[in-house]
Amino acid sequence: MPASSPTQAPAQMDTSVEIEDVAVRFRTKKKDVTALHDVSLSVASGEFVAIVGPSGCGKSTLLKLVSGLLKPSRGRIRLLGDDVNGPRRDIGYVFQRAALLEWRSARRNILLQAEMRGMPSAAARDRADELIAMTGLTGFEDAYPHELSGGMQQRVALCRALLHRPPVLLMDEPFGALDALTREQMNIELRRIWRETGTTVLLVTHSIPEAVYLADRVVVMSARPGTIDELIPVELPVDRDYGRTMADPEFARATGRIRDLLGAATSAD
Amino acid sequence: MESTQEAPAGVAERNRPRTAERALGFVQQAWRPVALLALLFVAWWVITATGLVQPYLVASPGDTFATIAEKSDYFWEHTLVTLWETVAGFLLASLVGVVTAVIMVYSTTIERTLYPLLLFAQVIPKIAVAPLFVVWLGFGVEPKILVALLMAFFPVVISMVTGLKSIDPEMLQLSATMGAGPVKTFYKIRLPASLPHLFSGLKIGATLAVTGAVVGEFVGSNEGLGYVIQQANGNFDTPTLFAGLVIMSVLGILLFALVEVLEYFVLPWHASRRIDAATTSL
Repeated sequence: MPASSPTQAPAQMDTSVEIEDVAVRFRTKKKDVTALHDVSLSVASGEFVAIVGPSGCGKSTLLKLVSGLLKPSRGRIRLLGDDVNGPRRDIGYVFQRAALLEWRSARRNILLQAEMRGMPSAAARDRADELIAMTGLTGFEDAYPHELSGGMQQRVALCRALLHRPPVLLMDEPFGALDALTREQMNIELRRIWRETGTTVLLVTHSIPEAVYLADRVVVMSARPGTIDELIPVELPVDRDYGRTMADPEFARATGRIRDLLGAATSAD
Repeated sequence: MESTQEAPAGVAERNRPRTAERALGFVQQAWRPVALLALLFVAWWVITATGLVQPYLVASPGDTFATIAEKSDYFWEHTLVTLWETVAGFLLASLVGVVTAVIMVYSTTIERTLYPLLLFAQVIPKIAVAPLFVVWLGFGVEPKILVALLMAFFPVVISMVTGLKSIDPEMLQLSATMGAGPVKTFYKIRLPASLPHLFSGLKIGATLAVTGAVVGEFVGSNEGLGYVIQQANGNFDTPTLFAGLVIMSVLGILLFALVEVLEYFVLPWHASRRIDAATTSL
């Protein structure tokens, strides 16, 4: 087990996640599948990185590697300066499905994080209240998952992932199942929450505008074998008003470039 | 419903069914089976009252219930025996079943080893092995409890295994990133998630346990409802036989209902308890 104070990375180091020449191969009955090949990426502390790419390019696999849920066949992963061997607890994870426990209210779903980690309960409750207010869940704390809309459920999942103030937040298509309007709203809120918490975020998404609006850098991947095509820096101001950002020439440039890359990747098939 | 409670703002879409709504829903659901039961009862009465079949073949409802009233002490005594055997068998089956299921889910090797044996124990007719249990365990309650246990065990194991496996794998991955050990993951996530499945197995198990106890009594016994029915059969005492059957069914239904009530209190969150789920299923 690595040191368990999930507060902040040592001051001298500003690389949060380091992926070095990583490959992942799965052995199935019929053949070996290379999910990831020759992937290197370095994410600075506090940076917001979005990962886009066609289905099956290993985006989710990349997050699983960083969290330690999956071991690479080759290469190495470093998280906050330590080699990743086995599941890491100094991260927060959000999946596409909210994965909430049906028998727990929103607040108790958020507090699951604290119970599992054995956090002091008074501090955890205060933190949960803070997050509930921050994510706009006030009034829904005692609702059960089936009583909440998809967006609300995803907010609960986000609060749960942030409860222990993780230095790194991994998000695997968190808004993929939401309708377009809710999704926009969640994007705006995630951007705000990221700025308030200063967490390093790795976000996997299928939405190019979502990636560009939220991220400092966008990683564009291609499939078969999954590898990184290009890293696109997003040179938008830190304060991003949603409407104004959409109209910004830089937004058009970045989305256009990504679209070109992804288009090339699919037409090459 | 004079006093309608105001829901706090923003929580309007929540609808946790109120007791009155639940009761109404229950009446709406229950009237059909009750009507059918009444119809069958009338048919039974008509068949016997018109002399369509001889009284020694089918006892009339009047005779049956008169017999129960007349020999209430006798029936009570034997019902208690069968009840004890059933409950003991059922509780043991639940305990052994749940433990077996947990072991099977956590060890693939044990699961593969045990599964054929379980299936074998299930397909072998219990009435055929019951005499063997009498030889082993004597004429007391033990062989009956064992038959009841064997009957109820299978649905409990199968439903619990299904329940434990039904957990979202992402939930388990999440648990790993929360640094939780297998024990915590089990009782905070896997066990509660499996309960809806377990309860459907328990309900089947409860009814089968009654059958098991009575089968055990048929084979070799001098007490219990199985014994009562066999005695009555030998004496051509059809009203007593019918009385035994009626009491036996009531016993099974009561046990089933008891498990349902337990489920209602243990799983208030479960989907099938929600009134909106009930309305969409219409």
